[in-house]
Amino acid sequence: MKIATKLWIALGVLILLSPLGLILPEHFKAGSAWGEWGADEMEKLVGYVPEGLKRLSELWSAPLPDYAFKGWEEQGLAHLSFAYIISAIVGSVLVVLIIGLLGKFLAKRTNNA
Amino acid sequence: MHIPDGYLGPATCGIFYAVMIPIWVAASRIVKKTLRTKQVPLLAIGAAFSFVIMMFNVPIPGGSTGHAVGGVLVAILLGPWAASIAITVALVVQALLFGDGGITAIGANCFNMAVVIPFIGYYTYVWISGNSAINAHRRVIAAFIAGYVAINIAALLAGIEFGLQPLLCHTATGQALYCPYGLKIAVPAMAGEHLLVFGWVEAIVTALVIKYLQKQTPELIAQEVR
Repeated sequence: MKIATKLWIALGVLILLSPLGLILPEHFKAGSAWGEWGADEMEKLVGYVPEGLKRLSELWSAPLPDYAFKGWEEQGLAHLSFAYIISAIVGSVLVVLIIGLLGKFLAKRTNNA
Repeated sequence: MHIPDGYLGPATCGIFYAVMIPIWVAASRIVKKTLRTKQVPLLAIGAAFSFVIMMFNVPIPGGSTGHAVGGVLVAILLGPWAASIAITVALVVQALLFGDGGITAIGANCFNMAVVIPFIGYYTYVWISGNSAINAHRRVIAAFIAGYVAINIAALLAGIEFGLQPLLCHTATGQALYCPYGLKIAVPAMAGEHLLVFGWVEAIVTALVIKYLQKQTPELIAQEVR
């Protein structure tokens, strides 16, 4: 098998396993990453929401916030895991497409490998 | 280590964008000289690998979470400049599509994860590997140490960036406008959790994959973009 084929398969396996990155923190009751709290968490931590933080945190509304579908916050882990895998696929495909496009502009056509 | 919108003040965000623009330009120029068409799929896999590995949040029970970046591995295989482009693409997609890392903080996040990690990691690996053979055990150890050192320096930097905010931006009454935690809290928190937990995750991922590739496809370890 070609090296690249093996690596694509490995990537596919990682994508399917990605919900571990959601389920394990949930199981061990781990919170957000340090410094990545939402405004409501921030209020609990320090008693207020810094003004600038409040303003800037509303600047961008991501289409798949936190690798989930909008409005799925209350769904169970099974649903969230599904959304997580879909997010991993969408993200990977996009990353690959962008690098492919960049490669068209950047890579040398001469095949002197 | 994905700093969200609202944690860094405008000056900090601006400075890091200003620092990153020439680095992105330099990376494109250097990669344009060295990247062969054949290597584009490898670069794409590297970027996608980094994107997916960052979704594997590792918990500190009852505490916070963190993750590997995979940046040292990509740098060892493709060189630091190509890795920088690969990780930048992953970080931009994470910020825009998934709200993981702020759009105002793309400059800072790219500096920490797409510059510091691949460059520190790559040169640590090269320095420790020396002239050892492609299949030498020394390269696995070099990859392990490079992974640990690189992500820890990046985490320390992120801690400093967070911790400077209360000094830089506050109201007349002294209330923070952005990240409310100063250096004394942010630096030990960011550095500590990476020294104790997440640094080892990056180290193990980097070393294991290098060990596997040594056996399966040693030519991959010898064909970086330079």
